[in-house]
Amino acid sequence: MSAPAKLPRWAERGLLPLINLAAALILSGVVVKILGESPWAALKLLASGALGTQEGIGYTLYYATNFIFTGLGVAVAYHAGLFNIGCEGQAYIGGLGSGLVALWLGDRAPLLVVLPVAIMAGAAFGAAWALIPAWLQARRGSHIVITTIMFNFIAASLMTYLLVNVLIKPGQQSPESREFGANAVLPAVHEVCAQVGITFSPSPWNLAFAIALLAAALVWVLVWRTRWGYALRVAGQNQSAAVYAGISPSRIIIQAMLLSGALAGCLGLNELLGSQHRILIDFPGGAGFVGIAVALMGRNHPVGIVVAAVLFGALAQGGSQLAFDLPKINRDMVVVIQGLVILFCGALENVFRTPLAKLWHGRPARDPKPTGVTPVPP
Amino acid sequence: METYTLIVLTLAATIRVATPLLLAAIAGMFSERSGVVDLGLEGKMLGAAFAAAAVSAATGSAWAGLGAGIAAAVLLALLLAFATVSQRGNQVVAAMAINIMVAGLGPTLALAWFNLGGQTPQLDGPGQRFTSLVWPWASTAAEQPFPGLLYAQLLSGHNLIVYAAAALVPVSAWVLFRTRFGLRLRAVGENPLAVDTAGISVTGLRYQAILISGVLCGVAGTYLSTAASAGFTRDMTAGKGYLALAALIFGKWKPYPTLFACLLFAFTDALASRLQGVALPLIGVIPVQAILALPYVLTVLLLAGFVGKATAPAAIGVPYSKEK
Repeated sequence: MSAPAKLPRWAERGLLPLINLAAALILSGVVVKILGESPWAALKLLASGALGTQEGIGYTLYYATNFIFTGLGVAVAYHAGLFNIGCEGQAYIGGLGSGLVALWLGDRAPLLVVLPVAIMAGAAFGAAWALIPAWLQARRGSHIVITTIMFNFIAASLMTYLLVNVLIKPGQQSPESREFGANAVLPAVHEVCAQVGITFSPSPWNLAFAIALLAAALVWVLVWRTRWGYALRVAGQNQSAAVYAGISPSRIIIQAMLLSGALAGCLGLNELLGSQHRILIDFPGGAGFVGIAVALMGRNHPVGIVVAAVLFGALAQGGSQLAFDLPKINRDMVVVIQGLVILFCGALENVFRTPLAKLWHGRPARDPKPTGVTPVPP
Repeated sequence: METYTLIVLTLAATIRVATPLLLAAIAGMFSERSGVVDLGLEGKMLGAAFAAAAVSAATGSAWAGLGAGIAAAVLLALLLAFATVSQRGNQVVAAMAINIMVAGLGPTLALAWFNLGGQTPQLDGPGQRFTSLVWPWASTAAEQPFPGLLYAQLLSGHNLIVYAAAALVPVSAWVLFRTRFGLRLRAVGENPLAVDTAGISVTGLRYQAILISGVLCGVAGTYLSTAASAGFTRDMTAGKGYLALAALIFGKWKPYPTLFACLLFAFTDALASRLQGVALPLIGVIPVQAILALPYVLTVLLLAGFVGKATAPAAIGVPYSKEK
């Protein structure tokens, strides 16, 4: 974000992420080679597993839905100059909100009532979980990276307690709530397709995908087309300029984190109402951290985030196929690739940006400013 | 009498839990004092835990495991240093990348090499683990409650790494506050420009600090897989790196307070396993999760300035660039 405009926009937004992704994939290929499998065969399996069948596509987009929510969450905070590592916890607590609504209204009200209430509850719970770190950052200067990490752990403890002691279905061993009522289940895409006469293989891909796309559109309008979004971006890039312009950075910090937490909090719509139909332990499953990769790769722009989320969804789905077909590889390989993508897109992007800029301008590039979020001094 | 024995045993467990925390927290102290946020403690420890267990399983020597653990953590530290110091990448992002990558890489390599579903083989051969050292007359002393039991449980009966970690506290305090290197290290974390102006390499100092952090994380990870347990399992650090970071902050980036914080956090952990399902007078049953969340809550309160005030090194998190 704070990188100087040394590259044309298309290169900055399109070429550079692609080069970084390629570097991450090549290194992953090296790992696969070390494991004793053929990288080429692995890549083909990955692609065919994710996109080769209707079922694969369904799963890819189902995973992508989670990543869109968390990716948008990370991105909104990023525009305010904040690094929200707490999307995992916010998604967890937000899902609790949606799940509670689903348990409460699932067999009492029609979906048209349950869904809006579940969205509002998920967003509200997620925002509430982000509020405390935000307030501490804005008013007391506590480093938001550290506090959001702490809140991830506190959220995990809280949810374990609630699931083991309060929400657990009586007479059951595993810490899960009872199943939601039928009206709290988001229709899956293959069911909707069947109603209009199109056959599509069953998958957990559901209505929440549309909600995620809507959220992405909303974020675009909010951040780039409103007065508030302008204030957000100014405060994120230059706090003193913001103060001179009459913008209160601490208010922006709190508002941005509320929105960020609310977006992450909507993950439960897809994961719980759309797929699992109950509240269970650790349902975000690391999506909050994948959101970091998605936001970085998507350059914190909603369009980029949707594209990156689909890519990571494909990775998640293709990874299962990979683990299934290649005996020496398990699903953890996908986590390795995610880590490498974050490394290259986030931390090592100057490795390629600087030479690319040199190539472009035909002269040594200006020394890039530190990229990424300007850390707020604790 | 029963209670007394229980208390002593809980304290002994505290020492064992505190050891990896302390090693990692002191590791973090070096890099953070030099101005580099060390969220990568978790990943470096996990990487070391895997390497140590894998090499110990293959060679049958815990010492070879220790060497491999340190080597793995140092390699990851070098990657971190390259990304954050040389390339001036975002320190938080780089560390998260390493944490995530290692979380996947350990089980992946374990599956390919040992074919045990992402674990390393059980370390049960002679010399494959760091086992407890029994001090002279410890078994005789244990029969006598005070001070015999204290001697047997708290002083004797730990492995070498525990004692090394204990010795590390005064050593690191001396290095940081009594040596030229320590002075420079602290200066580079507060005001790198001043250090640079004095003709001392900011990059060099930060690399050294990150490497020290790597070595100590290597020992911490080795402890987890070859001393505290017998082999590597998926996600075996289970957030200990972040807890160590919390302890470091709770200890205000100072060695002795950090030791205290590690002991306190470890004590809550040991207590949580003791108090599981036990009804206390007046309070009733305390949920285990509440005790386990306590260190994080305490750290947040401290960061918020409600319990004392933690002031981080001034230049932390900011990549240094000469030209600015």
